[in-house]
Formats: sequence, C-alpha cells, structure tokens
Amino acid sequence: MSELDIVGPQLAILLAAGAVLVWDALLPRRRAALPYLALAGILGAAIWTTTWVIRGDFQTAFDGTFAIDQYAVFFQYVFAGITAIVVIASIDWVDRVGRRQSEYFALVLTASAGLMFLAGARDLITIFLALELSSIPQYILAGWGKDQRSSEAGMKYLLLGAIASALLLYGMALLYGFAGSTLLTDISAAISEHGADNRSLLVVASVLLIAGFGFKMAVVPFQMWVPDVYQGAPTPVAAFLSVGSKAAAFAVVMRLFFEGLGEQFLSNDWAMIFAVIAAVSMTLGNVFAIVQRDIKRMLGYSSIAQAGNFMIGLAAISIAGEHFVQGASGVLLFVAAYAFTNLGAFIAVIGISQRIGSDNIADYAGMWRRAPLLALALAFCLISLAGIPPTAGFWAKLYVFNAGIQADLVWLVIIGVLNSVVSAYYYLAVVRQMFLGEAEEEKRLAISPTVGVALGVATVGVIVFGIIPTPLVDAAREAAAIFAAS
Amino acid sequence: MLLTVLVFLPAFAGLLILLLPSARAHHARWVALLGSLVALALSIVMFFDFEKGAGFQFIDRASWIDVGSFNIQYFLAVDGLSLPLVVLTTFLTTASVLVSFSIEHRPRAYFACLMVLSTSVLGVFTAMDFLLFFLFWELELFPMYLLISVWGSGRREYSAMKFVLYTVAGSAFMLVAILALAFSAGTFDMEVLGNSTITTAVLPLGWVFLFLFIGFAVKLPIVPLHTWLPDAHSDAPTAVSVMLAGVLLKMGGYAIIRTCVTILPDQANDYGIWLAAIGSISVLYGAFVTFRQTDVKRLIAYSSVSHMGLVLLGIGALGTTAMVGAAYQMLAHGLITGLLFVVVGLMYERTHTREIGRLGGLARQMPLIATGLVFAGFASVGLPALAGFIAEVTVFLGAFQKHEWAVIMAIFGVVLSAGYILWTLQRVVFGPVRHEWDGADDQRHWWEHASVVGLAALVILLGVYPSLIMDMLDPAIGVVSARVAG
Repeated sequence: MSELDIVGPQLAILLAAGAVLVWDALLPRRRAALPYLALAGILGAAIWTTTWVIRGDFQTAFDGTFAIDQYAVFFQYVFAGITAIVVIASIDWVDRVGRRQSEYFALVLTASAGLMFLAGARDLITIFLALELSSIPQYILAGWGKDQRSSEAGMKYLLLGAIASALLLYGMALLYGFAGSTLLTDISAAISEHGADNRSLLVVASVLLIAGFGFKMAVVPFQMWVPDVYQGAPTPVAAFLSVGSKAAAFAVVMRLFFEGLGEQFLSNDWAMIFAVIAAVSMTLGNVFAIVQRDIKRMLGYSSIAQAGNFMIGLAAISIAGEHFVQGASGVLLFVAAYAFTNLGAFIAVIGISQRIGSDNIADYAGMWRRAPLLALALAFCLISLAGIPPTAGFWAKLYVFNAGIQADLVWLVIIGVLNSVVSAYYYLAVVRQMFLGEAEEEKRLAISPTVGVALGVATVGVIVFGIIPTPLVDAAREAAAIFAAS
Repeated sequence: MLLTVLVFLPAFAGLLILLLPSARAHHARWVALLGSLVALALSIVMFFDFEKGAGFQFIDRASWIDVGSFNIQYFLAVDGLSLPLVVLTTFLTTASVLVSFSIEHRPRAYFACLMVLSTSVLGVFTAMDFLLFFLFWELELFPMYLLISVWGSGRREYSAMKFVLYTVAGSAFMLVAILALAFSAGTFDMEVLGNSTITTAVLPLGWVFLFLFIGFAVKLPIVPLHTWLPDAHSDAPTAVSVMLAGVLLKMGGYAIIRTCVTILPDQANDYGIWLAAIGSISVLYGAFVTFRQTDVKRLIAYSSVSHMGLVLLGIGALGTTAMVGAAYQMLAHGLITGLLFVVVGLMYERTHTREIGRLGGLARQMPLIATGLVFAGFASVGLPALAGFIAEVTVFLGAFQKHEWAVIMAIFGVVLSAGYILWTLQRVVFGPVRHEWDGADDQRHWWEHASVVGLAALVILLGVYPSLIMDMLDPAIGVVSARVAG
C-alpha cells in the first residue's frame, strides 16, 4: 500500500482520466461536467502531493526506481498547475469542436500523469516508460484538429518523436551495458568506480541521451518540428506541449545527468555540450522568431530560445561544483516561471485568435481597444518572456544568468543577455502592435469566462512572483538541494 | 520613509490620473501638476534638511529577496551627489508638466507616463542596491517608449525603438557586470561595494569596468554611441525632450561616478585617460556636427552631446575639483538645455516648423519667446554669472593638470559652441522679419511664463551662488576622489 501511496498523485490523475471516459459513456447528456471531473482529479493530485510535503518523510518506491522527494514534489505542483490551466483553457475550444470531448480530456490527463511520473523517476526503464506515457497522448492530441495542418503536425511530431525515443533507448542501452543496472544510483556508482576507463563510451551515451531529450526540450538542432507542430496543433495542445513536455524533459535531464552521470570528469564534457546548445538555441531561436508573422510560429521559435536559457542553468550546474544549488534552483525557477508565462501567452492567443479567426500578428493591431484585459494580460506575459521587470520572467533570467556568472561561463551569459535584447524586440513588437496599432474594426471582442479564468491565473502568477519572488525562489532552492546532498 | 514617498509620489499621481473618469480627463494635468509640485516641495525640504558632508541620509532600507547568497534589498538613500540631481528631477518634472498643459491627445495616458518616468529617474538617483538601481534603470524605458511613439512627431516609432534598443543593449552589458561584481563581493549593496576593495571577479575587472561604462555611456551619450539622441529629441514632444536632456542623460554621468569610479577606483585610474579622451572627442565632434544642423531640436541635441562630453572629461580627470565640475555641469546642462527645449517647443507650437531656414526675425513677432531663446542661448555658451560658466570653468580648472591636451581640445569645442549658438540666434531671432509668422502669438499662458521664468531663475541662481550646490557636492565627491587617489 505504501508504494501506491507514493504514486498517489499520479494515480489520482489516471483515475480521473478513467472517470472522464466512463462518465461520457454513461451520462452523455452531462458532458459539460467532464472538464470539472478532470479538474477534480488534478486537485486530488495536488492535495495528495501536499500531504507528502506535510508528512515530510520522503522515500522511494518500487525498489528505488521511483522517488518522492522535494524535487519531485516541486515538479508535481508545476505539472498539476499546468494541466489545470490547460484544461480550463480547453473548455471553450473543446466545446466548439464538439466531438470526442471525453477522449480529449482523458488524453490530457494521461499525458499529465506521465509527466508526473517523470518527475520522480530514478531508473532508466521508468524514465522511458513515463516519457512514452506522456508522449503518446501528445502525439494524438497534436493531430486532434480536423484540418490538414493539424494532421501534419501530429504525424510530424509522431515520426520525429519516434526517432528521438530510439536515440534515447540507444543511449540507455549503452549505459545499461556499462553499469549492468538501470538504477541511476547504481550507474553513478559504476561510473565512479571504473568510468574513467570507459570515458568515450559514456560520452557517446551522453550525447545520445542529450539528443533524445533535446527533442522534447526543443533545443537546436532538434527543434525542426517545433514551429510546424505549434502552428498546426490545436492551440490548447500547443500550449501544453510548449510547457509540459519541455519542463518534464528538463526535470528528467537534471535528475539523470546529476544523479547518474554527475561524476566530475564526465560532467565537464556534457556541460560543454549544454553550453554550446544553449548558445546556438538562443541565437537561432531568436533570429528566426523575429521574422515570423504568425504568432504561434513566433511563440514556437521563442520557446526554442527559452529552452536555450534553461540550458545556461544546466551548463552552470555541472561546471560550478560548489555553486551547484544556485544553478539547479535557477533552472527550476526558470521552468516554473516559464511554464506559467508561456501558458498565459498561449491562452491569450487562444482567446484572441478564436474571435478574430487569425493567428497573424498584424491582425492583433489595436487589440488594446477591442479586448483591453486580454491585451494587457498578453502584454504582461510577453514582457515576462522577454525577461523585463517586474515579472517572474525577469527573476528567472536573472537567477540563471547569475548562476552562469558564478560558474565562470561569462561568454555564455553575454550571449544570453544579448539574446534577451533581441527577444525584447520581437516580443515588444507584438505589444506595440496591440497598443499602438490601428485596428481595422473597433468591435469589442467577447471573451469566454473560462479563458478569462485561465489567463487570469497565469497572469496574476507572473506579476505576483515578479514583485515577491521569494517564495518561488525558496521552493526552487529546496527542490534543488536534493542534488547537493548526493 | 520620506525618500520612498518622494520617489513613488509621482507614480502614485500617475495612478490617480489613470483612474480619472473619461469625462474628467482634462483634469489630468492638474493632478499631475499637484503631484509634481508636492514632490518638488518635498525634495526642497530634504535639500535644506540635508546635513552636508555626512554621507548617505534619508535611508530607507528593507530586505526584499533574501535567498542563500542572493540578497537584494530595497535600499534608498541620498548623498551630496544625488540630492541635487533629485531636486533637478522634481523641478524639471514640474516644468515638463507645465509645458504639456495644452496636450489634448489622450491626456490621462500622457501624464501618467510622464509621472512614471519621473518615478523611475528618481529611483535611479536614489537606489543604493545595485539590482534595484538596475530595475529603475529599465523601468524608465516603458514611459519613454510610449511618450515618444504615441505623442511624438515625424518618425516617432523608429526613434522610440532606436532609443529603447540602444539602452537595452547597453544595459545587457551592465547586467553582466553587476552580477559579476555582486558575486565577487557577495552583495548588491552599493554602499558596501563602494567601501570594499574588489580585487578579483569571474572576469577581469577591467572588463567589468568597461561593461558598466558601456551601459552608462549610451545614456550619457558619448560619441560614437550617441546617434539615438538626435532622433529621439527631434521626434519627442517638448516635455519629453526636457526630461530626456534634463535628467535622463544625467543618469549616465551620475552612474559613472557612483558605480564605475567609486566601486572600481583602480580601474578608473587605469582608464581615466580614456574617459577624458572620449569626453573631449565628444565635445569637439558634437560641436562640429552641431554646426551642420538645420533643425533646431537636432541642433540642441548635438550641442547636448558636446556638453555632456565635458561631464565625461571632468570624470576622467578623477580629481575632486574636476568631478565636482562634472556634477555641476550635469545640473547646469539640465537646466539650460531644459530651458532651450521649452522655448523651442513654444516656438514650434506657434510656427509648426523647426527648420532654421524657415524661421527668422522672430524678435519682432514673439518678443518674449525670443528673449527666452537668447537668454538660454547665452547660458548655453557659458556666459559668466550663469550656471554653465561655473561648471565649465570648474571642469577645466580641475582637469587641466591631469589631461591638459584634452582640456585644450575641449576649450576649442566651447569656442565653437559660441559660434553655433550665436549663429543660430542670429538666423532665428534676428534678421529680416518673415511675414509668414505675422499672426503668431507670443508666449502668453501663465504656465508658459512659469516654466520659462522658473528655469531661467535657477540658471541665474546657480550662476551667482554656486556654493549652494558646491558645498553639497564637494564632500560627497571628495570621498570618491579619495578612494581613487588610494
């Protein structure tokens, strides 16, 4: 029983997924309740997670393959928050599409459970299974729309995802072959014992793992799918992809690389890989984002650049040694801040695009007069993405850059801050368009209340943590501290 | 508390203005005037309450973010260097509100932006935590961007964007330097940083100095980073030009003294000669380019580049006298150029042209405005018994021993300034009367009189009674130059 207790949050969500399907079969007329059933499951998961925080007695389950610790708890909250906001934001959209609502919510919940499993996975097999559990529903969701674009997005995501999984498995197989175990702790022990003699093998394994996860994190050069999928997939799904799977990939990479491959001689190698990927992702993502006319494609490229920012933190952790916690908590802070900011931006896009029937940035002109609250919320989210105070995004960037400086990665931080300038240009171009542009028509846009709620939660989070960041920073530090102990 | 109230009072007034119902939009100017007058009164009270030579006073300090090694305070204080600049800011804010009294296009948003601008500049001059300083520094961009791009003229959006991008690019380097400094000293507290000797950082200290300097030099501006200034000035509305030339440029000079020279005195010694050289080049280059201007506002903008070069020359000499001269020059230039822009703005409102070729003989048609222009022009040339004279003489006296060639070059620049100002006056004010402007009014509203007379009175006051300010600057600058002298 105690093992089920440990995975309780995930079970609550899976239970809700099942309940949604059954409810739809039994009470097809009461469909309107489906999203609330889903939300109840997420709330249950959050409460269960909270009981673990209160009990404070963190432990592992299933022979050490799965752990609940402060790190896992942090991410479980983040994923619960993301899923809840996505579900709320989807209500309006799903209503309009009309068909197969229960399956939609069930898939979102299943993916979410997969993400939560990833947060606590400490074993290669568990990691892989959790990753697939979250990925497969996302492939389906990407192709959920009725149009050709959406089908193309789903197919593309599936095919490239399959390649990524293959690379990942290859890397895992090499590690298993070397260590004779899939447990991260065993791998770590094996590496410290006779890893130095097998450095080339371990480096190859690291590169394969980075490639596999790089696909999920959407960093250059594994980013080709991002703009097409974001543009083609239904917007709520794109929002989910852009924050959920990215955050999960970073969560698992941190655990895998620092618990499993954290030995100093090795970490210097892959830290350099991270640093280079960070620099390239930021630069290319931003440069391509500037020329985009479609706001979803723009957000797609911007998310590639943002992943580069996360990577600064990853590179900083591995090089820093004693300043480890700084970098690790920087990444966590960034993940949380980015998740809510980017969700907010996507939800605002959902709200606006549905009403004006266009994703073209030029059509956002004069939005300030047509939908003042939406425009204001989107402006705050974009400002936060650009890393301008007083928003959560500013502290996240500051913290990551600070970690970079402390790890002696000054060149990378300089590239990072210069990229922030570039990104400010295109984020603020949208803001300018909304506030200063002349609208073709002055008609007010009606915004559905659910979109309003979801957007409100995200935006208030962005601003409140922008002014009082301490609680979030504290939580991130506590979560990151588990690595320092090991 | 007093300082906090002073800094946030304008922003509070701005908030009240935004809350005005649209039927009462025309009352925005009165609220703005009241807010800026109260702020002015408060700053004058502080000016006379200030105990000269007793270091930082009116301290407001609270812990803001305190996590691990990352401590950020809310820390405001003034010393003899910053307090005169604070008074200058509140004074010019009042003048800007007065010259904007006839604004009709979206007055609430306009005055709110102006008030927020005032708060951010006051924040820069009073913040003693390096990160808080940075936040205020960035905050200033938003209102400036809007003020130029919405209420400006000509290529306003281009100019506004150029202004923002130049500043942001500079502050990107600044941020890297701030983080590097804070990491090696373990604090963001500028008072502590200014009292400790920093010998190593993650990047060479010379670079730290350079990075900080770039961020501030863009604002000053120095040649060749000055090209945003003429564009911003010529497209900005009058009040914004007043604020821009009057106080925003001073942020650069103030910050160089407060941070570059105070925190890194050894590097200041190494690079002092470069600062002086860049300063005198700016003086000369600015003066030469001024000659070629045909637009009155661009002409004043380039003369600002020339005059601000003197500030840098004074700082580069690093002695007490020279740096006091530099600080005095900032105040004098703020008042004189503020007055120039006010008068030129009045002229533009009546003639709707700034082309020197189309103006002429205005002494006949608008005698009061012409008088103001002649007075401001003389002050700008450095006529004795006016503020500019004292400043220039002090800078030259202080800097001559150390960098005589630079001073000699700069004196040529000052001679040139007599040339371009007198030539301009001759073409605009005197010469044959143009009947095109026969029907134009003279200066006639009380708010126009008030702003011109107020500024002119201060220019005279600072010209005949310099010890009012000098006694305050001297001890504060003395501390800095003592650090530089070792």
